[in-house]
Order: sequence, then structure tokens, then C-alpha cells
Amino acid sequence: MSKPQIWKSTVGKKVLASVSGLALVAFVIVHLIGNLTLFVGRDGKLFNSYAHHLESLGPLLYVAEVGLILIVVLHIATALGVRIGQRRARPQGYGVYGSKHGPSKQTLASRSMAITGVIILLFIPLHVWMFKFNAGRGFTDVDFDGHSVKDLYLVVLTAFKDPMKAWAYVGIMALLGLHLRHGFWSAFQSLGAFAPKRLPAFYAAGLICALLLAAGFIALPLYLLYCGPDPATLRGGVGG
Amino acid sequence: MKVKIKVWRQAGPNEKGAFKTYDVDGILPEMSLLETLDVLNEQLTKAGEEPVAFDSDCREGICGACGLMVNGMAHGPRRKCTSCELRMRHFGEGAMITVEPFRARAFPVIKDLVVDRSAFDRIIAAGGYTSVNAGSAPDANSILIPKDKAEKAMDSAACIGCGACVAACPNASASLFVGAKITQFSLLPQGQAERDRRALRMVAQMDEEGFGNCSNHAECEAACPKGISISNIANMRREYMHAGRVYEEHAGGGGAG
Ligand code: FES
Repeated sequence: MSKPQIWKSTVGKKVLASVSGLALVAFVIVHLIGNLTLFVGRDGKLFNSYAHHLESLGPLLYVAEVGLILIVVLHIATALGVRIGQRRARPQGYGVYGSKHGPSKQTLASRSMAITGVIILLFIPLHVWMFKFNAGRGFTDVDFDGHSVKDLYLVVLTAFKDPMKAWAYVGIMALLGLHLRHGFWSAFQSLGAFAPKRLPAFYAAGLICALLLAAGFIALPLYLLYCGPDPATLRGGVGG
Repeated sequence: MKVKIKVWRQAGPNEKGAFKTYDVDGILPEMSLLETLDVLNEQLTKAGEEPVAFDSDCREGICGACGLMVNGMAHGPRRKCTSCELRMRHFGEGAMITVEPFRARAFPVIKDLVVDRSAFDRIIAAGGYTSVNAGSAPDANSILIPKDKAEKAMDSAACIGCGACVAACPNASASLFVGAKITQFSLLPQGQAERDRRALRMVAQMDEEGFGNCSNHAECEAACPKGISISNIANMRREYMHAGRVYEEHAGGGGAG
């Protein structure tokens, strides 16, 4: 007797890509909610305290980080497997090709999953370097309820006062929205969730989810760039 | 009507192909695209040229033999329509119509517009059947099937196996075809005996034939002449993952498995 190797099949890979994708969506949602504290107040107290609480989770944070990395690796590995299989399946392309529309969900978003995925992947280490490992270099800690904490708010504010950086973030977050526009509803379809009647509703929900997430992440750098306090004067002239 | 047909010409499976453009005159708007190719072929034969090879049988949209990529769309621009039902009135006077074979590694070109779709047959042979007692015909309605199940099964069974789903899919995936077959049987009492084994074997065969992976573009549903829904693909995944958990293949094969 032998157990079938379901995870090696096209269906199994797709299920893994979906589960890992949805886990990443959940992370992105939590990440956005945390970031929304940047909107509160003009001294960044809430954001700094949120960041401080995260850091003081200690070993738990490491576990979460390792878990996150594993999920990203799983998502890439399965998505890559899917992608390579596709390339092989049609060695000779068409002279003319177009969508028939109607029920087709073939869009710019669905056709560019690989490229938007790669760009987001390249962005992650840069982002983590900027706001985690390199953050705080050249910045003074601020006082917070008796102990001094890293002034992450000032780091973020200073970064996004640079229009180049702010708009680069906007661009990448727009691509994340594009990735999720197809990825979100598609994950449910890959997990076998749809009866024909419910499909249009889920497809619309996918669009709303992508728009909300992208809008949230896009609003933050723009808000700091155009409406945020001046970093030079924020801490009584310190920092920057 | 007068039209220009730009058609893929390829002398054999291993020959290099290329597009060739022909002027075809005397076309009536109510003619089908295949009849237009017939007119073209008559023209070619008279000129001593090799006629364009293409598949067709019923010419009324029920057999699935015909299958052409017309202006970049499987079976042409109209929805729920086979190539043989595609009328010339949908193209303007003097229109240029590009006709290509269905393209997929699993559907190699045999000649011109004819492709080998026997990969579908092998997928069916792998699990697209039910076991019944041979002998006298069973009484009608001896197996009771709820109406809603029967109707859903019929929706899936509408598949004529033309391969348009594969041709239209940006990934050349056969998921709609396989999904429709698996779903059809999974809904009926007759399909229960082999249900788990069927899902596993048909998907395994689909992968082995070299079809691509489904990315949920849903282009297949748009191209399907029978309008089969991608919910069949979702169902295939459910059936497959369930079977993967519960079913164990017996090494000896056969038997009551
Ligand atoms: S020839 Fe039978 S469906 Fe077109």
C-alpha cells in the first residue's frame, strides 16, 4: 500500500501556495493595523510604545519571525513550482491571444503575479533593514514611561520626509495591492471554497480587501510626507 | 462576403510551421467558419495546393471534435460557441481572421490545425468511468437521484472534451476538463465506488501529460462552449485533497479497490 504524494501534484502545490498566501495576508493585515498608530498624535508616542511592546516580546518575537520566514519560503517554493510547470506546458505560444472576457478573471493582476511577487520579495529585506536592523542608528532614544525606547517614529518620519522614499513605498504597496487583487480570492478558489453562486461575491471581496490594504499602506508614507511634523523640531531639535 | 484567412500551416508533427494568408471570396454570412475553411480548401485543391487540415465531425456543437484558436480566442470571440457553430456574420466584410491550432505541450500539432488530444483520453482512462454490472439493462430510475444533484451533474457532464479550456488557459492547464469529469461522477451514486481513486488518478494523469498548473485566471470558463463553471475546479481540489487523506493505493492494483 502506498500513500499518494498529494503535495507534489499541481493541486497540492496550489493548496500550499494558498494556505501560505492567506497566512501572509493575515500578517499584512496585523502589520497595517499596527502601523495605523502612526496616524495617532503628532509625537509618535503610541507608535513607539507599540514598537516597544513588540520588541519586548523577546523569544516569542523570534519564533514569530522564524515562522514568518518559513511561510514566505513555502509560498515562494510552491508558487515557483506552479510557475515553472506553466512555462513548460506551452512551449509554442500563439500568434494572436486575447481574453474572451465574460466570466474570465484574467487581468493585469492575474497575469503579473510572478513579477509583483518578485518585486515584493526584493522589497522585504530592504524594508526590514531600513526599519529594523538599521533603525535607530544616528537617532537618540526617547523617554517612555520612565525607560528610554528606540524612537522608531522619528526614524519612519525622517525616512518618509524624503519624497523619493515615500513614493517608492507607494509604488511597491500598489504592486502589493495588485498581487492581492488576484491572490486573495484565488486562494479560496484553490482551497475549493466556491459554489458558483458565491463566486462573484468572493471575487468582489478580493478587490475590496486588496484596495483597503493597499490604501492603508499607501496613505501612511503620504501622510507623513505631506502632513507629518517636521523631524528637525520634533524632539526639541534633536535627531534627524 | 470576402475575408482574409491567416492560417497556421504545418506539414507534419516535426515540421516547422508558419502562418499563411489566403483571400477567400463568395462567403455567405450564415456560413460557419469551418465551411469557410471548406471553401478555402476547394480553392486550394483546384490550385493544386495542399488543403488545410482541420478536425470536425458533428458540426453542430455537440461532439467536441472541432477546436480552433480564432483571433486569439478558443472557438473564436463568441461565448458558449464551438468553432463549427461560429458564423461568418460575426466577422465584418474583408475581415482578417487568424486561425491557429490549440497550443499545449500535451496537445502536439499533427498537421496544420489538427492537434493530438489523446491526452484527454488517457485522463479519462485513468479514472473517468464507473463500474457497472454488465448484462441486462438496469430498470430506469432504479437508482434514485435527487433532482438538484442530477442537474448539477448534468452541468458538469455538458463537457464535450474539445480542449478549449486548455487552449485558452494562459498556463495550458486541463483543470476545467478534469474538474468537470470528477465533479460529474462525484455527484452521482454510480460514481461513489471509485470516487477517491478517481480523483487521485485523474489528477496524477493530468500532471503526467504535461498540462500546466491552474492559476485561477478563469479564462477556461469564458472559452468553454458549454459554459462550465470553474467551481468544478474548486470541487476537483476538494475531492483530491479529501482522497489524498483517506485513500491508499494497493500495490497489486485491480481487485475490489
Ligand atoms: S464539429 Fe462537433 S462540436 Fe464542432
